[in-house]
Parts: sequence; structure tokens; C-alpha cells
Amino acid sequence: MEKFGFSISKGRQIDWDSNDRRIADYIREREPSFKSCIACGGCSATCTTGNFTHFSLRELNILLHRGENTKPGNDIRKCMLCGKCSLVCPRGVNTRNVVFLAKQAFKKFDGHAD
Amino acid sequence: MDKHIVVIGGGVAGMEAAGQLADAGFNVSLIEKGNVTGGHLNDWYKLFPDRRSSSDVKKYLDKKVASKAVRIMTNTCIEKLYHNKNNIALLTQEGVEMTADAVVVATGFDLFKSSRKEEYGYGIYDNVITSADLESMFRKGKISLTNGKSPKTVGIVHCVGSRDEKVGNFYCSKLCCVTAVKQAIEIREHLPESKVFCFYMDMRMGGAHYEELYREAQEAYGVNFIRGKVSEASESINNKLVIKVEDTLAGRPLKIELDMLVLMAGMEMSEGGGRIAGASKLLTGENRFFAPEDHHYANNISNIKGVFYAGTCTAPMNITETISHARSAVSEVISYLKKPKG
Repeated sequence: MEKFGFSISKGRQIDWDSNDRRIADYIREREPSFKSCIACGGCSATCTTGNFTHFSLRELNILLHRGENTKPGNDIRKCMLCGKCSLVCPRGVNTRNVVFLAKQAFKKFDGHAD
Repeated sequence: MDKHIVVIGGGVAGMEAAGQLADAGFNVSLIEKGNVTGGHLNDWYKLFPDRRSSSDVKKYLDKKVASKAVRIMTNTCIEKLYHNKNNIALLTQEGVEMTADAVVVATGFDLFKSSRKEEYGYGIYDNVITSADLESMFRKGKISLTNGKSPKTVGIVHCVGSRDEKVGNFYCSKLCCVTAVKQAIEIREHLPESKVFCFYMDMRMGGAHYEELYREAQEAYGVNFIRGKVSEASESINNKLVIKVEDTLAGRPLKIELDMLVLMAGMEMSEGGGRIAGASKLLTGENRFFAPEDHHYANNISNIKGVFYAGTCTAPMNITETISHARSAVSEVISYLKKPKG
């Protein structure tokens, strides 16, 4: 059969009802300040890793809360745990602990992130 | 002093102004179109940001107008007012004429009619309600779906009828964000098993203790805040509401099924206020609210001498601001009446 190069694209929609939010819940239980994020992006702006690679704690927070875990699972290993993000956070989120817990949760539920 | 002041509107602004004017020694007629005074306070359960009972404020205002110098006239509607020699003449809907030395217009606001945003399904789907409907559920002590069950998931849509050119309202109603946060907390208190989602464009927490309440909603009540304007609600085959929204922080569209949707209706110039403005040639702004002479230093003063504004008939205001605005209107009335006429 002639191949025309067409394929079915994967939907971009976030499907709240079928997504798995166990990783976000795991972090929220152990580090309640994770709930207080207002997505200002201060953490990402100050992030050394984020300046050189695609890593954003703001994005990680949003995506984990939506149960979109694949990208954060790949990105999180880039964090060097310097903690600069926690110095700028206006809501006092313990961002370093969030990253620690996310790594744990990924190991527990998803198999990513080491 | 036997000066007579007419206050049009028996809500928060009108009652506060009437009480203050009586304290200052004037005879006051407080005119209310409905059966009772108290305005929107009568429909609300608890008030932001401290969630005190609305009846506390109502009691304060009732006491304020319980003076011999205040004559409360309910079921009376003013159609028109005009300057007549050194007085203001007012005409009621029944054609009765009244005379006053000064008038305070405190005609307040109406809630945006949410059925105008047809895409949200108010009046179409069973479990789409407004912020006011939810308050009346709180007053009854029971939040329930039309089938009598408790909702497990509730969405709250911010900016319904505000910041929306499509309904002709460019302005921000300013109080719906904090009302949404307050109501989200109250839903979680009534139904601890429920999940609550607020869909917002911006969180406008610009009032004393608002930001703190927002934070409390996130931290203590686990309310989910999703930035994006809901595009539409529809009904699924299993009678759930399907919401489509762009999650602007994730940069992707999001779909969620909910049991109940609450629309945060914005504030509009009241119908009665609009009628008086048209008939009396009182100036209104692009937002249709009364336009005071100057928004910085003369925001109680109208374009008719002796006629003053108090409260939300000039712009959306919370109760604190409404009471302050009513008091400043009284101070303008006093200075006006002290000046020699002519």
C-alpha cells in the first residue's frame, strides 16, 4: 500500500478523570507546602538547570497536579538540588523537599526517576 | 434642622447613609423598592473574608436606621428626580411627588443574569447554579444536586459576566474571586469528601485578608485552582457536566467531568438605577454604573446639584467600601447643605 506519511496524532487534551495523580498526592501528604504554589515561576527563573536544559519546577508542579507524569518523570533527574528555588519562592514552598519526594514517588509508582 | 433627605435604595449603602444622616440631625426618607431593607445581604449566608454571618451586618444596619428620624418606605420605586428651585423633586412609579433638600442615590447593583452566558448551561443543565443559588443552599444547610444527592465534584467558574466583551462588560466585578474562594472553602466544609475546582483567569485577591483566604483554601482545604476560562459545559450520557477549559499554565486543553458547576455572577448597574439615570439625565459611564464627577476626589458627587451617590451604584464595591462610601456621601450632603443657596 502506498504510504502517504499520515498518522493519527495523539490528543493533547488533559483528561482529568482518567489521569493518575498518585505522585502529586504522595508529595502533598508529606510536604503540604506543595499545595500553596501559585505558579509565579520564580523558582524556574532562578534555576541554574532550567537555564541550560528544559527543566521547570513551575511546570513540574502543574503537570504532577494534573496527573501528567511522563515529562516531569524525565525532567526531574536534571535537578541538582541546589535549593535556589526555595530561596525565591513567595509562598514558602519547600521546593527541594518537593523534588526529593517526587523522586521517591516516581520510584514507588512509576518506575522512572532514579 | 428640619432638612429632609431622601435616600434611594435600602441596601447596605442606603441604610448606612440614612442612619448617618439621622445621627447628623436630618429627617430621612429611606426608599426601598422591595418588601424589606437589607438588599443583597438578605440573600447571602456568610461574608468574606472572615466568613461571619451576613445577619451580623444586617443587625448593625437595622439598628442604624431604627431612629425616629428615619422613615422607611418599602415597596416604593423612584422613577425620576430633577432639580426644582432649591430642592430636588422625586417622582415615584405611582406618580407621587416628593421633595427633598438633598438626595442620596444608593440603588446598588444587580447580579449578572448567568443564563446570558448560554455556553455555561445555566437554565439548561440541572446542576449548573449561580453563586447566589449556592448561598441559598448554604442557608438551608444542604448542598444537593437536583436528584437529592450530594455532589462529589464541584467546579466554580470565575468572571461570569465580568471582563467579558461578549456580554458588554469590560470591567472586573472585583468581588467574585474572593467569593469563589470563600464558597470553595464552605463547600469543602459542608462536604469534606468533595473535590472543588476553581477556574480563573486571574486571581484578583486585592482586599484585606483576601490573599490569606486564598492560601487557606489551597493549604487547609485542598481547593484546586486551574487557570483558564471555561469555554463550555455540556452533559455526558451519565448526566455529568463535562467542562472544557484551556489549562493555560500547562499550555494544554483540559477536560473534566463534574457533578455541579457554580457560576460566579458579576455585578451590573441595577435595573432601577439605570432607569433613574435615563429619566433624570444622571451621567453613567461606559460600564453603565453612575459616573461620579471625579473618581479620585469627588466620587459621591453627581451632575445634578444636591444629588449624591453612595455604594455600588457607582462601581463594584465590597461591604467595607460601601459603608465608607455611604459615609463620605453623608459628609458631602452636610457640606452641600451648609453652603448658602442661590
